[in-house]
Amino acid sequence: MKHAIRISCTRRNLKVVRDFVSDFLTNQNLSELTINQIVLAVDEVVANLIIHGNGEDESQFLDVRVQLLNKEFSIELEDKNLTSYSPSSYQEPDLQEYVRIGKKGGVGMMLVNRIMDRVEFTTHGTHNLCRLYKNLA
Amino acid sequence: MKITQHATESTLTLSLDGELDASSSVLLDTELSKPEILRNQKVLIDCRQLNYISSAGLGVFISHLQSFQDAGVKLVFFNMQEKVHNVFEILGLDSLMTIVPSEAEAEAI
Repeated sequence: MKHAIRISCTRRNLKVVRDFVSDFLTNQNLSELTINQIVLAVDEVVANLIIHGNGEDESQFLDVRVQLLNKEFSIELEDKNLTSYSPSSYQEPDLQEYVRIGKKGGVGMMLVNRIMDRVEFTTHGTHNLCRLYKNLA
Repeated sequence: MKITQHATESTLTLSLDGELDASSSVLLDTELSKPEILRNQKVLIDCRQLNYISSAGLGVFISHLQSFQDAGVKLVFFNMQEKVHNVFEILGLDSLMTIVPSEAEAEAI
């Protein structure tokens, strides 16, 4: 099975990544709910990297690599860009306040943090790497 | 994402078919932003064919909920698949929004 893909930074490729992750997880004896949660967490980070990290510039690429080792799923998302996306100042949002003010975005990383066990963002120069981990045991 | 509309005198039903993500949610936002939608007493969202929702899709509903409430329009979801309902549950949105199992129950609200 192919464990890595490269996509250009357009929203149209969100489904490509979702299908890639879903196909990888399908034969791992996981529930539909668990697969959907992991696919969702990956989709949220990929959307942020495409839209905020790379400004939907289709000439930019995102490398996606998945791995399952000792019942731990991990995924690496790598791009080369001067603008790094790293939600280091992340605070859990107040959803009732979001409803009150009609806020459209801002709950993606809340989903990611609630679904995945670990989320890491690292940057070295123009080299940005995001790693997500989930124990499937 | 395909959105099919069915309107009666006081109720608009939107049937969502496909995947609601950061790419397709713009279409839903356009539908929910139309001023005439607030003339309905109820807007029912049929989720039977909704196979996936991300934060972008959730954000569209979050962003319109208050204006619907202010206008006295009830927003009700029904026929939601378990994996989609689970996404609402992860954020606790199932307690902020009205989600019922069937169309009959949605119409009865």
